[in-house]
Amino acid sequence: MAADGTAGPAQIETDALIIGGGPAGLFAVFELGLVDIKAHVVDILDKPGGQCAELYPEKPIYDIPGLPIVTGQGLTDALLAQTKPFGATFHWGQRVDALRRMEDGRFRVVTDIGTEFHAKVVVIAAGGGSFTPKRPPLAGIEPYEGKSVFYAVRRMEDFRGKDLLVVGGGDSALDWTLNLQPVVKSLTLLHRRDEFRGAPHSVEQMRALVAEGKVSLLIGQMAALDGDGNELTAVAVKTKDGETRVAANRLLPFFGLTMKLGPVAEWGLNLHENLITVDTERFETSEPGIFAIGDINWYPGKLKLILSGFHEAALMSQAAYKIVYPGKKLLFQYTTSSSSLQKKLGVS
Amino acid sequence: MARITFIQPDGTEQAVDGEPGLTVMETAKMNLIEGIEAECGGACACATCHVYVDDAWKEKTGAPGQMEEDMLDFAYDVRPTSRLSCQIRVTPELDGLVVRIPEKQF
Repeated sequence: MAADGTAGPAQIETDALIIGGGPAGLFAVFELGLVDIKAHVVDILDKPGGQCAELYPEKPIYDIPGLPIVTGQGLTDALLAQTKPFGATFHWGQRVDALRRMEDGRFRVVTDIGTEFHAKVVVIAAGGGSFTPKRPPLAGIEPYEGKSVFYAVRRMEDFRGKDLLVVGGGDSALDWTLNLQPVVKSLTLLHRRDEFRGAPHSVEQMRALVAEGKVSLLIGQMAALDGDGNELTAVAVKTKDGETRVAANRLLPFFGLTMKLGPVAEWGLNLHENLITVDTERFETSEPGIFAIGDINWYPGKLKLILSGFHEAALMSQAAYKIVYPGKKLLFQYTTSSSSLQKKLGVS
Repeated sequence: MARITFIQPDGTEQAVDGEPGLTVMETAKMNLIEGIEAECGGACACATCHVYVDDAWKEKTGAPGQMEEDMLDFAYDVRPTSRLSCQIRVTPELDGLVVRIPEKQF
């Protein structure tokens, strides 16, 4: 059951649950797969690759061993292809909120939309943390969040009959302007310049609504919020011609994403300056069975390089094997020569 | 070397030597200048190295490129002299450059 009492998705039983689908998390699927550990992967982004895909998909990376130059997206695609033989299940667009040990020693992991996993081991490969919407640095904005200020639209009904101010110039701002306009009482779209990054078709549609007088387009930047700390009443906007006020009791600011450690901090793991402390033999956290690899971990000498995450994934998998297959001995093998590994890879 | 002065919102000035070839953002990070976060590490993907170029230097540093202009949409209190410091390359011609650090990075 989900928190609101509706039936949530069924519980998913898995050997390993990997939190984070960036390069470290994806390579962990591969290394765990080689030692017969099946994995599910959860990531808050709607696509694989983590920072590689979100921050620099087109930018070249020069320090991946064996690849003199590869883009963030290129590396992501290659890693995904490499994980293929192991049939991991990916859960995009979900944030892991809760992680705790169950009585049988396994871990119960629950996401923000209620997907529940029961896993023998958990691998935290969450990089810089969760990508979360940027909060405009306006004084006193926090109390309005979830009441008047929203960073995503979960229910359009929250906006029915309201005076809405949408801020931003990308697809989110344009899409929600178009989708919510028929529902709200009034809609103002605020952007700092009269140029939009969103899809040209959406820009056209928005401009048509402006021409019809159904949407007000304002060029400027938010300066302050007005209200009683509970319900917003207006937003002060700085424009070229001075300050103006927009009456609004709903605000949707779209200023991109930033990385926040997020719920990871609440799982009772030992931290070192917001990074998870691990040992360098198993890359295990202070909680046996919970591992941390890639940019999110810390140990003496740690370098936040993608290649460090790869190495850590390999050693972590050896340690995870002992938990998933207690008492079984793991034979160290090479993919080049081992027929059993080649069978798993589907190449023999 | 090019001397670069960073001015904090409270008026505090710090002048440091910038190595030609590096960016103004990298120069700031190497000298532990406060208020330049550079969350994305210089990929022009986050707008947390936002600075205001001093009016006298606006022409020499040039205008933001298309990608930078788009990314400035994610900065707070953008002004006509706004730049992302990861996109300003230090050159000998920028010796004496003055940039101001905004009140807040988003």
